[in-house]
Amino acid sequence: MENTHIVGAFDKDLKKIEGLLLEMGGLVELQMADVMMALVKRDTTLGQEVRDKDHRIDALEQKINERAVRLLALRQPMADDLRMIIAIMKVSASLERIGDYAKNIAKRLSVLVQAPPIGSSEKTLKRMSDLVQLMVSDVLDSFLKRDIELADDVRHRDEEVDLMNNTLFRELLTYMMEDPRSISVCMHLLFIAKNIERAGDHTTSIAEQVHYMASGSLPTDERSKSDITSTMAVHPDMES
Amino acid sequence: MNMQETDTLSKTQVSARNVNVFYGEKQALHNITLDVKRNKVTSFIGPSGCGKTTFLKCINRMNDLIDICRIEGDILIDGQDIYDKNVDVVALRAHVGMVFQKPNPFPKSIFENVAYGMKIHNMTKSKSELEDRVEDSLRRAALWDEVKDRLDQPGTGLSGGQQQRLCIARTIAVQPRVILMDEPASALDPIATAKVEELIHELRENFTIIIVTHSMQQAARVSQHTAFFHLGELVEYGKTNTIFTNPIDERTQNYITGRIG
Repeated sequence: MENTHIVGAFDKDLKKIEGLLLEMGGLVELQMADVMMALVKRDTTLGQEVRDKDHRIDALEQKINERAVRLLALRQPMADDLRMIIAIMKVSASLERIGDYAKNIAKRLSVLVQAPPIGSSEKTLKRMSDLVQLMVSDVLDSFLKRDIELADDVRHRDEEVDLMNNTLFRELLTYMMEDPRSISVCMHLLFIAKNIERAGDHTTSIAEQVHYMASGSLPTDERSKSDITSTMAVHPDMES
Repeated sequence: MNMQETDTLSKTQVSARNVNVFYGEKQALHNITLDVKRNKVTSFIGPSGCGKTTFLKCINRMNDLIDICRIEGDILIDGQDIYDKNVDVVALRAHVGMVFQKPNPFPKSIFENVAYGMKIHNMTKSKSELEDRVEDSLRRAALWDEVKDRLDQPGTGLSGGQQQRLCIARTIAVQPRVILMDEPASALDPIATAKVEELIHELRENFTIIIVTHSMQQAARVSQHTAFFHLGELVEYGKTNTIFTNPIDERTQNYITGRIG
């Protein structure tokens, strides 16, 4: 913030709430990293830690909301201040949701550790998750710097996550057809993929909020969406 | 200056072209050009001494009363130059009513406060027509129910909020085209303020309203267009929604967000 408010406490409040959001973002990044590490290393202790830590993210969201409401009531912010508060409330909701996805992945670990890995699916999941983690990290950076270009870049990167999800979906369908005993594990892996894919979607929403906060309008171009898993079906020719 | 949009001329009721105002040697307004839209509420905002009230007073020639004041440029209302030498200033002020910061009812009865303007302008043919128009004006000012049983009592005996609505009733009684309001709610409590704001909202159907206000929230609530003045210049003029969420000029941004510019 290059120039300050006449009421100094207003600046302090804004800084504080922005700090809370970044703290929340950092925690979400860590949760995603930890849960994927737990998956790859079959570390149920780490998985349990992820489950236990989710409430910290929820508590931060609540704190942010309370402070935002108080700020709206006391300061009646206008223009860029107003956009920042609105963006912070929406971004914190998206981050909370991403945190929930990490927790949901952690819950599925107890089943997954009892079976051997299915093909290279876990590596693909890890790669997908790495992409999303980088998106989260970059989008928080774009928030802090009010960097529209970086936010727009993050928004477009989600397509790659969708494409990986499609491939994995197809791959897991094939495994399930080959060996019905793998179905329960494959279903859990599919849900994990879906969780990561949704985390990517929420990250693009955050990117849109950053664009709005910094420019006053939402991005106008249509984001290319490549998630086609909702229309995929098993056809006999798929096996060939 | 940033113009967000240019509407067609037919929607314009008040049009200012290159208006400069001087108090003696000091220039108070610099080259103001702006169109006020018909049946809309336009708010003028800006720090104290920015020229917004000076400009407001140009629109019904209140500045004529100040000897050292000199005005250049044109102000047109419905296409007519109000500074033309053939313009009758008294008639002009009937067309362009004004409501002031501090309620200023005449030291007369409630009825007479509203009837006065119609009487001096010979606007009614009979006593019953006058009574009807007084009632109608008080109703439109959302005051009738509160005063109908005591119309003969002094207007100065009403509460501050009621006095202000009485002044608005007095203004609309002479059927102006434009109503100028100079901080009409700054001396009122929140409930009286809400009533005046609600009234402004209703009056918009029949009148063009220009309001000077120091309350950003009030400007955002009551007006469709907002003009931001700073150091005698019109910095930004456009849709209120845009001004308060995404102003174009940094000076507007700094003012409305309460930053040191």
